[in-house]
Amino acid sequence: MSSWTNNPILTIEHLTMRFGGLVAIGDLSFNVGRGDITALIGPNGAGKTTVFNCVTGFYKPTEGRIVMHRANKEEYLLERMPDFKISAKAKVARTFQNIRLFGGMTLLENLMVAQHNPLMVASGFTIGGVLGLSSFHKAEKEAVDRARFWLDRIGLLERADAPAADLPYGDQRRLEIARAMCSGPELLCLDEPAAGLNPKESSELNALLQYIRAEQGTSILLIEHDMSVVMEISDHVVVLDYGEKISDGTPDEVKNDPKVIAAYLGVPDEEVDQVEQEVGL
Amino acid sequence: MLRFKEPFERRSKGGWPVISGTEKFSHNLPQEKILVFIRGSSKRELSQKRGLATTFFNVQKCTLTTKRWLEPSGGLNNDMEYFLQQLINGVTLGSIYGLIAIGYTMVYGIIGMINFAHGDIFMVGAFISLILIVALGVTASMPLALLILALIAILIVSMALTSVWGWTVERIAYRPLRGSFRLAPLITAIGASIVLQNFVQISQGARNKPLQPLIPGGFTLSDGSGDSGFVVQLSYSQILIIVVTTVLMIGFTTLINKTSLGRAQRSCEQDRKMASLLGINVDRTISLTFVMGASLASVAGLMFLIYYGVIDFYIGFLAGVKAFTAAVLGGIGSLPGAMLGGLLIGLIETFWSGYFSVEYKDVAAFSILAIVLIFMPEGLLGKPEVEKV
Amino acid sequence: MSAQSESRFVSAVKDSVAGGLIALALFSLMLGMKAEVASGMGGQLGIEYRWGAVAIAVAIVFFGRLLLNLFVWKSDKPVTGIMSGMMPKASSFSGLGKFAMPVFLVLAVVLPFLLMSYYGASGSRRYLDLAILVTTYVMLGWGLNIVVGLAGLLDLGYVAFYAVGAYSYALLAHYFGLSFWICLPLAGILAALWGIMLGFPVLRLRGDYLAIVTLAFGEIIRVVLLNWYDFTGGPDGISGIPRPSFFGLEFERGDDGFAAFFGLDYSSIHRIIFLYYLILAMALVTNFVTMRLRKLPVGRAWEALREDEIACRSLGINTTNTKLTAFALGAMFGGFAGSFFATRQGFISPESFTFMESAVILAIVVLGGLGSQIGVVIAAVVMIGGFELIREFAEYRMLVFGLLMVGIMVWKPRGLISTRTPSISLSGKAKGISADLVQEGHG
Repeated sequence: MSSWTNNPILTIEHLTMRFGGLVAIGDLSFNVGRGDITALIGPNGAGKTTVFNCVTGFYKPTEGRIVMHRANKEEYLLERMPDFKISAKAKVARTFQNIRLFGGMTLLENLMVAQHNPLMVASGFTIGGVLGLSSFHKAEKEAVDRARFWLDRIGLLERADAPAADLPYGDQRRLEIARAMCSGPELLCLDEPAAGLNPKESSELNALLQYIRAEQGTSILLIEHDMSVVMEISDHVVVLDYGEKISDGTPDEVKNDPKVIAAYLGVPDEEVDQVEQEVGL
Repeated sequence: MLRFKEPFERRSKGGWPVISGTEKFSHNLPQEKILVFIRGSSKRELSQKRGLATTFFNVQKCTLTTKRWLEPSGGLNNDMEYFLQQLINGVTLGSIYGLIAIGYTMVYGIIGMINFAHGDIFMVGAFISLILIVALGVTASMPLALLILALIAILIVSMALTSVWGWTVERIAYRPLRGSFRLAPLITAIGASIVLQNFVQISQGARNKPLQPLIPGGFTLSDGSGDSGFVVQLSYSQILIIVVTTVLMIGFTTLINKTSLGRAQRSCEQDRKMASLLGINVDRTISLTFVMGASLASVAGLMFLIYYGVIDFYIGFLAGVKAFTAAVLGGIGSLPGAMLGGLLIGLIETFWSGYFSVEYKDVAAFSILAIVLIFMPEGLLGKPEVEKV
Repeated sequence: MSAQSESRFVSAVKDSVAGGLIALALFSLMLGMKAEVASGMGGQLGIEYRWGAVAIAVAIVFFGRLLLNLFVWKSDKPVTGIMSGMMPKASSFSGLGKFAMPVFLVLAVVLPFLLMSYYGASGSRRYLDLAILVTTYVMLGWGLNIVVGLAGLLDLGYVAFYAVGAYSYALLAHYFGLSFWICLPLAGILAALWGIMLGFPVLRLRGDYLAIVTLAFGEIIRVVLLNWYDFTGGPDGISGIPRPSFFGLEFERGDDGFAAFFGLDYSSIHRIIFLYYLILAMALVTNFVTMRLRKLPVGRAWEALREDEIACRSLGINTTNTKLTAFALGAMFGGFAGSFFATRQGFISPESFTFMESAVILAIVVLGGLGSQIGVVIAAVVMIGGFELIREFAEYRMLVFGLLMVGIMVWKPRGLISTRTPSISLSGKAKGISADLVQEGHG
């Protein structure tokens, strides 16, 4: 039995999203296993980011149910929650396809903002903080330590006081992941984390994701186009095409699924001649 | 409802006309007295104290709407004739707002900024028309054909000269800031508005400029023989305003939809960088947008002058804010939307003053703006803005 | 003269002629003819011709452009280049806040004594009044800076809260006879409540829509104040607003007055000095709270909101509440400033709370540099102080003010102080962040 059927952290049931007449996602159901790295793949326009936006509350799905099963047995119906509560209460964090850092703020500040909610409580919703209570200073120090830990982890500790917009692209991607991790998620949703990375950065990213899964116990759901990343690190792959699930299983199963090969991975080598003849090349 | 609250002697200082509390209010009073009457403060106070002067735009319409109190009262507000008169007045006012709103909506559409100085461009247009009318000695007593010819000539010259003002404001205050920080052009726009207002105040004086009616008379749609005895009039100037607005509206819509200039404008709206890569002179297109907006505003200025017969340097502010409200209400970036929004604002204002209270008509207009924006941020005819994640 | 420089000269002249022609089109009517109600014409308009003024204006534009063309725009060695070489570099401004703030502070504290010793008690009154005015704008600027500079919410109706504060105090004093010191916090709280009430529906709007709705609210409040005659006195305003006391000591002649208590000779300047220190203290509290909040989670959330609202939401920040706190806090400081204004003037009327006030306060914040506290001070001193100094040319004051606004903005679109200081530092020596990287917010 696979972990995503017997111990899911996220269950998506009959998710449908329509924009006007366009059906972006049609009756999609799949599970994300606890402690897994789950990859959501599919050709461009298959509706992957829309699934993410539904899970993280940026879109309200037209139909369907999205359930988050937290480790403490609490369950959250994400389709009913406003976006910020999904991160704060259901502990689902995300990154964005086009990186959304706080560019004018330093790396450290970026990571501090991610710890907003616990710090807010510690500062007595600002009042205690203005008065300078020591309990807040302690909480703030812990938050800085956590930020320092993640900066060290992504190798950007010495740039802690530089503005985030000054970082090279690959570093920005890692910082965004570190920032999401600072909000203490149980499920981390990554939207094309390897896009635009060179092979070295890509393998660093793989290591970081493995670390997050193994050492932090955070489950990961990611959208990725880079098949080497997908096949190397993921435990479970879900394939979308035109908003519908066409395959769901381990990387090996998906790799050998004829539907996936036809719809997504392309035509097998031995049939190339035949296809070329058909289209008149 | 306007009420006369206090003895006026106390507030009328400096030798301005004084109306005692017992004097009956009638629209035969000279304009100045009505102004004093309505706002309870002298005209000098009106023009000197900027705060009160903001209500000047209201004052103009007060003098119109006050007419109804002069009619015999009793069930006045419930009949058809009264409604009809409000409708006519509202459409006229709405046409003027619509003409100004087009300038806002075009500029917002193409460079995404609130051109705060646009209301003042309208004011400059009104002044240019006024100067031309007085300098050429155009009066209602001229032969009709000559009067029409003169007005057309004045309209054309005024459009041309006001366009130069619009162009200059864009060139000096906005173009150097293109592509920079979003708030910077907003501040220069406010600055340009202050400059225009004060330039006109200095060069033309702070006092308001009353003009004898150019196009008197009109059709009497109801002679007061109905149950209410309310006289409904459709004046020639109102007809002129509505006709001119409609013609210009059709002309400009055709211009935007059919010509290459319109195409260039729409492409700049979509993606300025791409448009310039495809060989469109973006600066020139934007300048032309300002020129078009300014020339329409100058038409609105002339119409305003003909309709109300009095202007001053401060009419631009409130007219501008209302017209921007109209543009937003109709859906910013949409030409028909601006016209529709203008009409709605005009009607809302007129009906609110006609049936509820003159004082709070701005509150009504602004509240409706807020409500529309909160529940329908894209306006009535605008395209919804999708938040990209 | 080489051919190149000759053609340069020709093109400069051509450009200047074009400029002159445009100036002619602009000014021929608007400056050259004045429509005026002529005496003896029965209230009819006549035209007064002033071709000389047009000639001067056109000449100024022509020669001005010619000189600029020759020496700046088309010159190999622009004069401005030499001048900007002499100006301090932008980077040297980043450290300015560190030592400028204490210098300004000391100067502000000793200012009344400096003025008194230099101009004497009666002569310094005018300058003290000006200092009070400038400090009031500094406080308003700091209050608005929270909303616009930190949270990135464009508020064009800030004066509404100033008005709420002023009227709260005036009305509470008028109807219930409450004293300034009781009303001050009440006025702040009331203004904050209004901020929340107005903010709640509108804060989900973005960018310019928020700007226009806040402008509308500002106007609504003013129109209501103007027309609710029975309650607010309408255009007549409210007069006889009580003056503040010094811990119960009134500033008046007599045995129980302030002067008698401290054994001083009675002088009306005491009250002015007191008012100055009062507004200075209020402004400093505003600054202190703002600086403090920047280092707290809520302040960081404001700035994050300005940078990227969607990312904030993905990190679990309740953006509505965060915006509301910024809005309410800004409103509260506006309310404090308003009740100070009321007690200082002793008289308020709606005309003090026009859109122009909002525009001036916003201009101070933007010209100073969004989010920069010291920038607000500099901009307020330059704009308000400089503005008052040309009082002699009263007619031209607003014109110059408007031209300055345009000029400074075109020169420095990011404001005078445009670096952002990080709110927290790991190494202890974080550098200022260039404004080019800092977002301005879209809400």
